[in-house]
Amino acid sequence: MKHEIIIAGFGGQGVLSMGKILAYSGLMEDKEVAWFPSYGPEQRGGTANVTVILSDDKISSPVLHRFDIAIILNQPSLEKFESRVKSGGILIYDGNGITAPPTRKDIRIFHIDAMNTAVNEGNAKAFNMIVLGGMLKIEPMVTMESVMKGLKKSLPERHHKLLPMNEKAILRGMEIIEEI
Amino acid sequence: MEDEVKLMKGNEAIAHAAIRYGADGYFGYPITPQSEIMETLMDEKPWETTGMVVLQAESEVSAINMVYGGAACGKRVMTSSSSPGISLKQEGISYMAGAELPALIVNVMRGGPGLGTIQPSQADYFQTVKGGGHGDYRLITLAPASVQEMADHVALGFDLAFKYNNPAMILADGVIGQMMEKVILPEQKPRKTEEEIRKEQPWATLGKTHGRKPNIITSLELDPAVMEQNNIRFQQKYNQIEENEVIYEELLCDDAEYLIVAFGSTARISQTTVELARKEGIKVGLFRPITLWPFPKKKLKAYSEKVKGILTVELNAGQMVEDVKLAVECKIPVNFYGRLGGIVPTPDEVLDELKKLL
Repeated sequence: MKHEIIIAGFGGQGVLSMGKILAYSGLMEDKEVAWFPSYGPEQRGGTANVTVILSDDKISSPVLHRFDIAIILNQPSLEKFESRVKSGGILIYDGNGITAPPTRKDIRIFHIDAMNTAVNEGNAKAFNMIVLGGMLKIEPMVTMESVMKGLKKSLPERHHKLLPMNEKAILRGMEIIEEI
Repeated sequence: MEDEVKLMKGNEAIAHAAIRYGADGYFGYPITPQSEIMETLMDEKPWETTGMVVLQAESEVSAINMVYGGAACGKRVMTSSSSPGISLKQEGISYMAGAELPALIVNVMRGGPGLGTIQPSQADYFQTVKGGGHGDYRLITLAPASVQEMADHVALGFDLAFKYNNPAMILADGVIGQMMEKVILPEQKPRKTEEEIRKEQPWATLGKTHGRKPNIITSLELDPAVMEQNNIRFQQKYNQIEENEVIYEELLCDDAEYLIVAFGSTARISQTTVELARKEGIKVGLFRPITLWPFPKKKLKAYSEKVKGILTVELNAGQMVEDVKLAVECKIPVNFYGRLGGIVPTPDEVLDELKKLL
């Protein structure tokens, strides 16, 4: 089994850390993992994206053209990556800031109102975990237990008190994701 | 715990591997995309554990000359930078080659020329394997293609440098430096004691002991007759390295009718291309030089009798392809595909290029 995922949005939305947590979760299940970020000036306010690959077999290229799953968190990223989802693949987007929603008919499209939910529930920082939860609901590539272990591994110890809040956000994401 | 699988960036792996190798010192100056090397070293504070010195110098020139100084004392010392910073270090590298000093230099390449871009590139191939600095010298060059190899090549680079008293370079790029993968770090080795260094590096300038002549470390020799002999000795050493230290990897090459030749990140990309091509029935294999110098020319020459054509893939305008052509002596077609200035090709793109060769 192999999942090739792109997560794309604005710098500061937690795109890279969401990818990191996913990669760590894969590591907990002894999967092969690769995490390759766009790095550099685009992280400071512009678009940021990260490729995450979870696989049962050795991973060849960390650089991909097409993806099984695209998680899209802003309009420029949608324009860049909608066409690069494999036919039959999955696109998940947060409508916040999306002016022209995805239109492809040969992929499954899901909407997740993560930003509004996070803000309304006073938990804006856990936005990316809501999105992650949504994805795991549709494609449970790693168990919740592994995600929590992965979170623990990827967070510095001084932030471990935030683990329950993150878990709550992941579960919330599983509730609110909807297929279009 | 020693062989615990960890997830980290290639740059971080280099830092951890250096501490675990028992390196004595790191001297550097930050530059993207390799700053995590020094960041990780500073985080790990090895001066409190192994006694390894980690120092941010005031410039790249300063850092390479600190390396020269440490190496002259027989210490395991290293520096790292990215392309523009490595250009600044070339004088020091040439001096170390001339003074026959072992050291490890890491270049996590970015797009040039000039300040260029911070995105991945392999455009320093010529600089690394064809000279870089002045004079007839060679730089042992390792090209890691995974985070695991970033870690492993630290020990390999140091070992080769000390075996031949010659600087060695890890030539990586932004992809390998920035990506996270699983890695098993080597076991912690102790740093060499002064007694061990005196024994293993009798040329080291650690202070004169009674009854022996002073050790002098220099690349300067004003008598051309002596300098010629020095150069002849260097060349004999380089020949020995070419004879003994070639490393490469072959993937599905046994029945291959075509070969892709690539190193570092482009080898990883081309690996997927090979998988895609095999699904379409194209018999192609991947040949990956791991040492760029010494270049695996004998092995490639042997393939020129077996395969119908070669595609060389690089993140530059065509550099290693010249060595591939020399190796196969133009007996078979050698095509080239490269992206420039920080753009990284995808496996599909390489597949399209491969099909032009069929």
